[in-house]
Amino acid sequence: MSSDTDTDPELADLIAQTSEESQGLSRGSGLDRLREMGAVLRLSEADAADLEGEAGDADQTMIINMGPQHPSTHGVLRLMLELQGETVLRTKPIIGYLHTGMEKTGETLTYLQGATNVTRMDYASPLFNELAFALAVEALLGVEVPVRATWIRMLMTEMNRISSHLLFLATNGMDLGAVSMMLFGWREREEVLRFLETVTGLRMNHNYIRPGGVAADLPDGWADQVLALLDLIPPRLEEYDTLMTGQPIWRERLQGVGVITADEAVALGATGPILRSTGYAWDLRRDQPYLAYDELDFDVVVGSYGDAFDRYAIRLNEVRESMKLVRQIVDKMPSGDYRVQDKKVTPPPRARIDESMEALIHHFKLFTEGFQVPAGETYAAVESPRGELGCYIVSDGGAKPYRLRVRGPSFVNLQTLPHMMRGGLMADAVAVISSVDPIMGEVDR
Amino acid sequence: MSDASAEEVADPEDAAPEPEPTPEKHGVPVTDSLGQEVLHPTREQYRDLVETLRGEGYLVCIDLTAVDYLAHPHRETAPGVDPERFELVVSFLSHEHRARTRLRVQVPVDDATVASIVDLHPGADALEREVFDMFGIVFEGHPDLTRILMPEDWDGHPLRKDYGVGAIPVQFKGAGKEERT
Repeated sequence: MSSDTDTDPELADLIAQTSEESQGLSRGSGLDRLREMGAVLRLSEADAADLEGEAGDADQTMIINMGPQHPSTHGVLRLMLELQGETVLRTKPIIGYLHTGMEKTGETLTYLQGATNVTRMDYASPLFNELAFALAVEALLGVEVPVRATWIRMLMTEMNRISSHLLFLATNGMDLGAVSMMLFGWREREEVLRFLETVTGLRMNHNYIRPGGVAADLPDGWADQVLALLDLIPPRLEEYDTLMTGQPIWRERLQGVGVITADEAVALGATGPILRSTGYAWDLRRDQPYLAYDELDFDVVVGSYGDAFDRYAIRLNEVRESMKLVRQIVDKMPSGDYRVQDKKVTPPPRARIDESMEALIHHFKLFTEGFQVPAGETYAAVESPRGELGCYIVSDGGAKPYRLRVRGPSFVNLQTLPHMMRGGLMADAVAVISSVDPIMGEVDR
Repeated sequence: MSDASAEEVADPEDAAPEPEPTPEKHGVPVTDSLGQEVLHPTREQYRDLVETLRGEGYLVCIDLTAVDYLAHPHRETAPGVDPERFELVVSFLSHEHRARTRLRVQVPVDDATVASIVDLHPGADALEREVFDMFGIVFEGHPDLTRILMPEDWDGHPLRKDYGVGAIPVQFKGAGKEERT
């Protein structure tokens, strides 16, 4: 990093700016960085069951359960809340209802099959999981991906970011009673998913970004479809602004609710829109660029109050930034190969299999045994719509990962919930959960 | 791990006849893993090192996980570091320097305890609970070290290599003896 700073004045400016921002952060331990150490409820389920039936005085606190089947908990999140009247004191998020041992499963699948496993973790933005996994495997393999594959990856992940944020806008609206917003958000998301489907063949769980490149080249007419989408979405976003952003009821429900400070967010390891809502500009696409993001021009959207409204506004504006990125990608899309031409990693083209015995054997070997990855360990991180999505892979030289670890941003971000809820009203709890935007598939993995 | 590539990662200068002094940072061996900096503290040095790093600007504990090296007891780690069955892998991020660093701490299976860093990095709370749940590594000083993903009364630690993947027997309708007669 330091050698880059000497040559690139732009990067040096950026580092100076971030340094200044992070100078303001407390270097203290947990006690100094958090406003409140007692926000997390530490109570086992067995102890909670013992409390049942005990008559309490009027001034005692009450413990209630919210979820796992509550419609506003986005899947199967359960919260144990300690209430004093209408005020939330302490919260304990209880997770694991969707735990299916995907990291363990990952150890039994080859690197080619691995993408089908990780893509099911964060099901609202599956391409980011595949990307982090592919980047880690490629680092271990030491292969260089063709330029076109890199740009296709950027195009597809930015489209996926748009669809993921549209899903957030839809559910955020529904959670707060704006049911029209739910329909609007879903309608636009479907348009984006239609594009993803024409490229990958599936609406979700694409298995499109694979170690070595992408599964298929972009189909004919992809650019027209993208440009049509880019014309379609902006007026719809204007509609959202009319319906929600400027609307007094919407603002009343969100402003000042679920406030978190920059110190707290950093201490709790929060990333993505939660960290940025505190006014702290940190986006891996800009700050530790991967793929070819350093060749593109975009802004990092930040908030200023760290409340639920900022998190809503950030995601809404990140859709606009993503569209800006997509437009540049369409203009600059290079030609060439869509996957690396390394026979060890890449299966032969389908047409070759019909005429060549060797190609058939090669294809068969790759898909049954998989390819060997040199021993080593590495960590790759990408900026998913929810924050830093990391993939740590240990290889022992075999065809399957020895250990596959996925750092889900939702899992870590969920720790900010008790701190956001502390002292707030029970009625605001739903707004706070919604603004964290947890995807339970990724939390429990 | 195979010797050739592990050595390559650990110490590329190994071919020289004179053994070079082990590169160190903050008094612990440091290696380079595919361009990423990896520090190898002992369990005793671990907490102090985390504190030193925090003073240097590594304010975010971005990831904390573990690996069970049951199948590779004699793997290469870093010069002067004896491999143990478990390895705690902790990643830190510095916004200020735009840098990452990774700690790999060897943890023996017969005394699987490590000092907790929750009071230094509150964000490590859920991550340490996950490692306890999945590997059975105990974090001393953690305020609430309970299972997080598995049910509270679960037996065993699923991500250990000696914990089977398991299967649920498939029940076919009408296959029972009572129904056949």
